[in-house]
Amino acid sequence: MFEYDPVLYSRLLTSLTLGFHAIFATLGVGIPLMIAIAEWMGIKRNDPHYTLMARRWARGFVVIVAVGVVTGTAIGLQLSLLWPNFMQAAGHTIGLPMFMEVFAFFFEAIFLGIYLYTWDRFKSKMKHFLLIIPIVIGATASAFFITTVNSFMNVPQGFEIIDGAIRDVSPLAAMFNPATPTKISHVIITCYLTAAFVLGAIAAFNLLKGRNHVYHKKALHLTMVSAAIFAIGTAVIGDFSGKYLHEYQPEKLAAAEWHFETESEAPLILGGILTEDNEVRYALEIPYALSILAGNTPDTVVTGLNDFPEELHPPLWVHYMFDLMVFIGMYLAAISALFVFMNWMKKWNAFRRPLLWAVVAGGPLSVVAIEAGWIFAEVGRQPWIINGVMTVAEGATASPHVDIMLYVFIVLYAVLGATCIAVLRRMFKSNPAEHELEERGIAHTKEQNVN
Amino acid sequence: MSYEVIGITVLWVFLYGYLIVASVDFGAGFFSYYTKRTNKNHIIHNIIQRYLSPVWEVTNVFLVFFFIGIVGFFPQTAFYYGSALLIPGSVAIILIAIRGSYYAFATYGAKESRFFTFLYGATGLLIPASLTTVLTISEGGYISYEDGHVQLLYGELFGSLYSWGVVILAIVSVLFISASFLTYYASRAQDKGALDLLRKYALIWSFPSIIMGVIVFFLLGGRNPEHFSNMVDLWWMFAISFLAFAAATYLIWKRRNYGTAFILVMLQYFAAFFGYGVSHFPYLLYPYLTIYDGFTNETMAIALISAFIGGLLMLIPSLYFLMKLFLFDADYVQGKK
Repeated sequence: MFEYDPVLYSRLLTSLTLGFHAIFATLGVGIPLMIAIAEWMGIKRNDPHYTLMARRWARGFVVIVAVGVVTGTAIGLQLSLLWPNFMQAAGHTIGLPMFMEVFAFFFEAIFLGIYLYTWDRFKSKMKHFLLIIPIVIGATASAFFITTVNSFMNVPQGFEIIDGAIRDVSPLAAMFNPATPTKISHVIITCYLTAAFVLGAIAAFNLLKGRNHVYHKKALHLTMVSAAIFAIGTAVIGDFSGKYLHEYQPEKLAAAEWHFETESEAPLILGGILTEDNEVRYALEIPYALSILAGNTPDTVVTGLNDFPEELHPPLWVHYMFDLMVFIGMYLAAISALFVFMNWMKKWNAFRRPLLWAVVAGGPLSVVAIEAGWIFAEVGRQPWIINGVMTVAEGATASPHVDIMLYVFIVLYAVLGATCIAVLRRMFKSNPAEHELEERGIAHTKEQNVN
Repeated sequence: MSYEVIGITVLWVFLYGYLIVASVDFGAGFFSYYTKRTNKNHIIHNIIQRYLSPVWEVTNVFLVFFFIGIVGFFPQTAFYYGSALLIPGSVAIILIAIRGSYYAFATYGAKESRFFTFLYGATGLLIPASLTTVLTISEGGYISYEDGHVQLLYGELFGSLYSWGVVILAIVSVLFISASFLTYYASRAQDKGALDLLRKYALIWSFPSIIMGVIVFFLLGGRNPEHFSNMVDLWWMFAISFLAFAAATYLIWKRRNYGTAFILVMLQYFAAFFGYGVSHFPYLLYPYLTIYDGFTNETMAIALISAFIGGLLMLIPSLYFLMKLFLFDADYVQGKK
């Protein structure tokens, strides 16, 4: 197919592993929070439906976590195997957050084991609820630490290079670089948003299948209220991210927006295609919007791609990824807000089929947005692995066998993904919520209180 | 103590921790599969599940801790080992991925699957074999380093008696450590049937493990004479290891003090593993890399050590809590909770 090039294959294999891991990692960070909210509601309202919800989500969560853990282990090792030179430099500068991420993971792992096996062990429900808190903290802290590593790759700081050697390292400065605040907040909140939508999609799907139990309605309401809040947060942070890019990585912003000439009053380009000679066709242009996104005023001067040497341009197709991410983000915000609003208007019925279908679509779409966002963020930094310091080619291994490994891992992830879906389906199909409610003798409690 | 020595000690302790917890886990997976094949699974199934379910993820963290820690403390290892180990490392990743996920699928999924148990059991023996490659190549002579390129010499690796010796030692040790722990766990659970079977396994695997230990000790003499003579200087550590082994086996044989027996097994491997590690000093990869030239900068070292202390302050109480709930709670172990 291609001429063998370890750099190309290393990139493909890394993106394959990360792309697969991202699905499970995102849900792994987001779902514990949703479980915590459900369990909390169960205690506060003394409503066993919510408690069961937490319990069922937790059961599915373990399977997701298992795949997340093993693919996380895979990417952790692969970084050293595929990018030995990069990891050598990274060890000197950002060894600290990588190390702390493992501690966070450790913390989460310990309490996850305890949480799952102590549902009926403590007399006080509150005690059991407290056990989910370290899991939420551990999961979010992992995302926090590992994202600082990625932030560093975008805005490296906290070290000097003197005669090719890394000197004067400040691990905290490297961790808390200008990219850190926007990246972390964006990653964490979109994890929550995705988890809320995926769980919401399951509830909506059950309702569509005619399982009209109040349990599913409560699940849908809980997830959509959470999703609406997270979606607003995502939009606000997205705006900050635009300003960050303008200031620190203008070439990434310019590539995302096909913005070639440095100018003020720059328009934002939505959709469209790019011709061979870099002309934008069929796009929707919003006047001034890019300048406003970058600096809050229409007269903000936005740096264009032509100001950068061509060999340092990121690939221009990242525009499609950027648009995909933004469109889905807006879609998720609109659907969840619509649901919450309709449910709030007592006379309206939020549980209509078209809206339910829209929520179902939101589940997979939110995962697509996560992937698109990551691809945009990572490819938008090409050709650098550490922005401005080390190129991707300098970081890669020279091993002659990366291609075989790529094929082997494709098979592995295909098998893991397929079994994971099959196992999850079987778990919940063979034991639907209604059945479990009946079994636990809570089938009809509180039903009359719900509109 | 210099930062380098602190760093390597921390990592070695975690690697030892992984050796013990992972052995228990790997061996349990194998025994679980083996007894399924021989229709004895009902005897020990509960014991194994009750121990493994809450801790399988923790086991995995020990390994992650080690390979992230070593890149943090000794970034140059990423260059040498990372370049050389693409294939054995990837094989280990694949095995770990299959094992971890199929364990979860089998345990939390809706129905029992013989095939899942097979994957879980078989990978448990292959993972230690693939991970030992790291220890083997650290002895030198298995990689070439020319024009800045590191390459693993597969012919040398697969053709050497020493590397096969280490593989066999790893596998029989896994089975011995695991069986002696599970024997103790079964005795806590007052499960006579499981105890008898597991005790038998512990005794079966005790002799191969000590014999392989001795064989590998002498094979190393042919591989790396410098390391070997350091080990001979530290003969007393290996003597402690042997005595601990003898006492542990005696106790299991006499059906007494299974808890003490398991602690002695831990001591046996502790003494051997640290004796091996200390005599390897100061090399991380003979003869290319010592802990001094591969070490990170001083600021990072201080930061890592502080993070490590902070992390331990958080981890130790949590681990204690976990053990109290699932290992030392008699009611849980006996299946009453």
